[in-house]
Amino acid sequence: MPATLRIPTSLRGLTDGSAVVEVEPGKLTELLDDLVSRYPALGERLLGDDGKPRRFVNIFVAEDDIRFLDGVDTPVADGQVVTILPAVAGG
Amino acid sequence: MVKSYRDMVAEAKLEIKEIDPDDLERRLGKLVVLDVREADEFEQGAIPGAIFVPRGQLESTISTHVPDPAREVVLYCAGGSRSALAARTLQDMGYTDVFSLDGGFTRWKEEGLQWRVPEGLSSDQRGRYSRHLLLPEVGEAGQIELLEAKVLMVGAGGLGSPAAMYLAAAGVGTIGLVDFDVVDASNLQRQILHNLDRLGQPKVESARETLNALNPDTKVETHNVRLTADNVFDILSHYDVIVDGGDNFPTRYLVNDASLHLRKPVVHGSIFRFEGQVSVFDPYHGPCYRCQYPEPPPPELAPSCAEAGVLGVLPGIIGSIQAVETIKLILGIGESLVGRLLTYDALTQEFLTLRTRRDPACPACADESMPPRIVEYDQTCAYPGAVARSN
Repeated sequence: MPATLRIPTSLRGLTDGSAVVEVEPGKLTELLDDLVSRYPALGERLLGDDGKPRRFVNIFVAEDDIRFLDGVDTPVADGQVVTILPAVAGG
Repeated sequence: MVKSYRDMVAEAKLEIKEIDPDDLERRLGKLVVLDVREADEFEQGAIPGAIFVPRGQLESTISTHVPDPAREVVLYCAGGSRSALAARTLQDMGYTDVFSLDGGFTRWKEEGLQWRVPEGLSSDQRGRYSRHLLLPEVGEAGQIELLEAKVLMVGAGGLGSPAAMYLAAAGVGTIGLVDFDVVDASNLQRQILHNLDRLGQPKVESARETLNALNPDTKVETHNVRLTADNVFDILSHYDVIVDGGDNFPTRYLVNDASLHLRKPVVHGSIFRFEGQVSVFDPYHGPCYRCQYPEPPPPELAPSCAEAGVLGVLPGIIGSIQAVETIKLILGIGESLVGRLLTYDALTQEFLTLRTRRDPACPACADESMPPRIVEYDQTCAYPGAVARSN
């Protein structure tokens, strides 16, 4: 059973409009590599030069922020949902 | 056979128990006292601690005021007749220990017993807020708290519109509005505080007109300025809760920094196209904005609503949730969004609740004695360094 990555509206222009992308479970870094290989333009939006998520993007595995788990090494199990959430400012 | 009012009262008195004023006075505080008169009678004076339940609402609201039918209840009116009829009604409903005050409030006063003019709501307010008063979580005490609360809206635009309107409707006594913009036709697709007649007017003035027309109880304070490092303390310090509905990152980081100094909770809402986020930042009790987003995106990656568009209804949803959170903070009820981030996606019609945490390494809030320096942020909103706490 694949894991699911939720893509925020602000980045769906880079995923051909897809709101969710299904990937093989594994370490989060592997899931992100898989995602970026399919949608290369997402790479610079999500990840810094060090390969870590940029500081204005929060990534949650299930309901928890990976900064308080194992960062990009956080394991993502079968069926789990990864939420990518950039800061937005509109009001 | 037609029965007169006197017959009805006499019959009721045969079936119910009555209590004398001095007996009741000795037992005040141990039993529930309900004043079943009309609002204008209650406002002129009542027995201390009595709950106002006009007879017309007795059957529909008694289970809220007295959930336990075995509880001892005393009813009173002006002379002891209406309360006798009301006591019989409660007995019919299964209440087993009901008394009517013999001679009513008139005899109570004649015997020189203590009474007071109830503080609080006028009869107009009792009507206006009646649906709140029915909620045990709000009630008269809660409504008075709302009327005494002071809330600042940062931004009188998309989020500020529904939030300010619901807060004014709810009877929040003071609403401050800070916004330096004027009403533009392109605002009206979502900013429901404003209308076509107000084009070109300062948004805070337009908002004041709308809110005054909605609820005269709400005092509207306008701040027709841009929130800056120079005025942020002056403006924020007058209020109990800050509702952040700004439209740019520098203002959001500035509000965050000032809230840490002032220890005031910020109800955050932000929107983009079809998605919104809501959270509550309670200084030093939960994460701050910089714990959640250490840096803003570079401007080229974060277009504004003016550049990227936004679904007009979206701020209606998010701003309304901000109003809910604000009311919960004022009343101290429920579970606030401190430590949680609520996201809403209008396209998939999904809400998510994500856990957020205070970052022990957060430069802004990790050390309570060293809040951030208050500076004018540029687009990078780079952490400006700490300063010793002044208050």
